[in-house]
Amino acid sequence: MKSAVIVFPGSNCDRDMAVAIEQASGTKPIMLWHRETEIPDGVDLIAVPGGFSYGDYLRSGAMASRSPVMAAVKAAAERGVFVLGVCNGFQVLTETGLLPGALMRNAGIHFVCRDVALTVENSQSAFTSLYEKGEQVVFPVAHHDGNYFADTATLDRIEGEGRVAFRYAEAVNGSARDIAGILNEGGNVLGMMPHPERAVEPAHGNVDGARMFKGLVEGLMASA
Amino acid sequence: MKARVFVTLKNGVLDPQGKAIHHALEGLGFGGVNDVRAGKLIELDLAEGTSDADIEAMCSKLLANTVIENFKIEKVA
Repeated sequence: MKSAVIVFPGSNCDRDMAVAIEQASGTKPIMLWHRETEIPDGVDLIAVPGGFSYGDYLRSGAMASRSPVMAAVKAAAERGVFVLGVCNGFQVLTETGLLPGALMRNAGIHFVCRDVALTVENSQSAFTSLYEKGEQVVFPVAHHDGNYFADTATLDRIEGEGRVAFRYAEAVNGSARDIAGILNEGGNVLGMMPHPERAVEPAHGNVDGARMFKGLVEGLMASA
Repeated sequence: MKARVFVTLKNGVLDPQGKAIHHALEGLGFGGVNDVRAGKLIELDLAEGTSDADIEAMCSKLLANTVIENFKIEKVA
């Protein structure tokens, strides 16, 4: 299995993401700088990591989403390559238009940095196949702009299509309908504010995130 | 030629920063403030002859996220 982690100026979860993917797949991801214009051949998973790309200038994820590499990521996603965006990566994916809606300043204004309980809403996706629907998991969050917003029609549509992957099981940031993570129409793009890559080994205090990477990698290897 | 772009949150979109400013004004003893909405002002210094359509495109492609924001362009001579 071949994977890539995108690195922007200001990314800071890129190495955590690489470690999580390597732990699950046994292969180091390619680290891809934002100026790259192509995704290397054969890459079947691209991770857009957390951080503060371009200092969050203008809006979180706004500058990164217009960087050369994101045009390539968008094209790859449209071909069916799997894309996982976490935290700032989720913001980048909404700004790119790969996922609907927007992530706004947390309703409580404060930066939120703690473990939160999530409910798995969809266990049929490639990202969530090793979870049970309705199961509660705990992932860390660390964000200032995680307040998911979309208009009512969009919310109804993504709910109806089973595209809400994770929902907060407690109040975190004011997100519409407590949405923590959503899938694209094709099910090959997941964006989420909580950090599965920070919960993959016992030293993290919690391994709930490991199943996301394991399930993804097993699925990709089975289809290869 | 200069243009000023005002980016504001759409009506109905929660504005936590506006709310924080509102509270701070009240804390300073200013009564009578009904609501505060915060936005951005972006000044563009443009080549003469830049078309309105180009400025609009700059706004809709980058300067504003039209999912949550409106923009208003004001041209300054």
